[in-house]
Amino acid sequence: MSIMVKVEEKLYQNRYIVDESRPHIQIKSEEACQSCEKQACTFCCPAACYSKNETGGVTLVTDGCLECGTCRVVCQDKGNIAWDYPRGGYGISYKFG
Amino acid sequence: MVEKFDAIVIGAGPSGNAATYTLAKQGLKVLQLERGEYPGAKNVQGGIMYSHELEKIIPDFRDDCPTERHIIEQRVWLLGDDSYVGTNYRSEAFNSDKPNRYTIIRANIDKWWGEQIRKVGGLQICETTVTELIRDPSGKVIGVRTDREGGEIHADVVIMADGVNALLAKRAGLQAEAAPENVALAVKEILFIDPELIQQRFGIKEDEGVVIEIMGKVTKGMVGTAFLYTNKESLTIGIGCLISDFKNGDCPPYRMLEDLKNHPVIKPLIEGAEMKEYAAHMIPEGGYKAVPQLYGDGWMVVGDAAHFNNAAHREGSNLAMASGRMAAETVIELKAAGKGFTASNLAAYKKKLDDSFIMKDLKKYRELPGIMHGNKQFFGAYPDEITAAAHNWFTVDSIDKKSKEKQIMKSFIKRRSVMGLVGDAIKLVRAVR
Repeated sequence: MSIMVKVEEKLYQNRYIVDESRPHIQIKSEEACQSCEKQACTFCCPAACYSKNETGGVTLVTDGCLECGTCRVVCQDKGNIAWDYPRGGYGISYKFG
Repeated sequence: MVEKFDAIVIGAGPSGNAATYTLAKQGLKVLQLERGEYPGAKNVQGGIMYSHELEKIIPDFRDDCPTERHIIEQRVWLLGDDSYVGTNYRSEAFNSDKPNRYTIIRANIDKWWGEQIRKVGGLQICETTVTELIRDPSGKVIGVRTDREGGEIHADVVIMADGVNALLAKRAGLQAEAAPENVALAVKEILFIDPELIQQRFGIKEDEGVVIEIMGKVTKGMVGTAFLYTNKESLTIGIGCLISDFKNGDCPPYRMLEDLKNHPVIKPLIEGAEMKEYAAHMIPEGGYKAVPQLYGDGWMVVGDAAHFNNAAHREGSNLAMASGRMAAETVIELKAAGKGFTASNLAAYKKKLDDSFIMKDLKKYRELPGIMHGNKQFFGAYPDEITAAAHNWFTVDSIDKKSKEKQIMKSFIKRRSVMGLVGDAIKLVRAVR
């Protein structure tokens, strides 16, 4: 019964100050993702920043990141995510919060 | 030369604001660092603000604090697939001169806090991310390093109010990563709508507000809750579940939110509203047992970063404000007594917390997180059974009431067994006793 949801349409309403080519979150090892059975980041991230790719790994695009930290928590067993805050002033800028 | 302050507060959320304001008001040289573009840019709250803790810090906050509506009615709804069973409490007594609860828009409140802090001489600097704590050879925290050029700043004491991620404490080895069953992920939207429609749909006057707390089928059996709050010209709707459940279930958070918005009892309330922002935030849910080390040589941790959240009563920001104030008062008292900010002296902060509602309430509900996490029936089977029972009971169909009672009882027993029902009752009592 779930309705198809385009998360991009939700994110489109948000204000971001993008730090070009300086992603604040990085996947450490592609192989670790390929061997990860669950790839929970791909369905836990509320901004759908993580997607399964054709090599069996995971592709990360941080532009829509809401800086919640969920991916870091779900990946803590593997420890395959290097999670940092964006530089001061960059990233999501909530108008209402 | 490296600049030195009496205290550095990291973060401009409720706990950091309370700490900074309290310190500045007493004339201490305090620096508050915030990574967002402006105060509130990184903050997310449902949100309901309780006045009592704010009044302790700023007694006349009502003069200019940009709250939304004061709450006169509280609804608690248990949702079935196309129904709800609920309780409401509404009272004219909530229309007092000094209301106890307000709906708020977080960013507005944090900007207001920024003005209050400036008024009492506190220094708040935004667009500055603290990258690490600076420690002397003995391990004592003596300042912070930021991402600004030459961004090293020293202080006698550092108060970490950096929110649920608490990266600084984790990086410094002062705190472990949160277990997925100890944090929830909540997503929410703000929906703008004609205030007249809000007032009609919720049966309220201007400035009056209604909040609805929601459990049931919308969390798809996961441990979680949802909410719908009335602001002045907008509605806030959100849903959150434990990350350990999102990790197992296959429903992404944004789809869960969309299903909530389309639920037959919710949809008419938000119809025609325009979505203006989508936010996500983690909420500390582990309770008493998940509270980390709270102080050490030269540092304290407050608010969400200290895992202070009473999930059972939907209280977070007041624990944040109270803990921020207590940390600041500890600094003020130690300084007045000419004592250093050693771990043994800062234990006074922990004592204040223990003697207050913060630790007392967390302790009261210490079993709740584990019991909820381990007993999904409270979020799946029971909402089903209770709404089905209500449907049966309120359908008039010439079946005698005794037979209806039997049908309902049989259905519960079939789902949970007699011992299961008894066990669940005991668990619920244990969870909240």
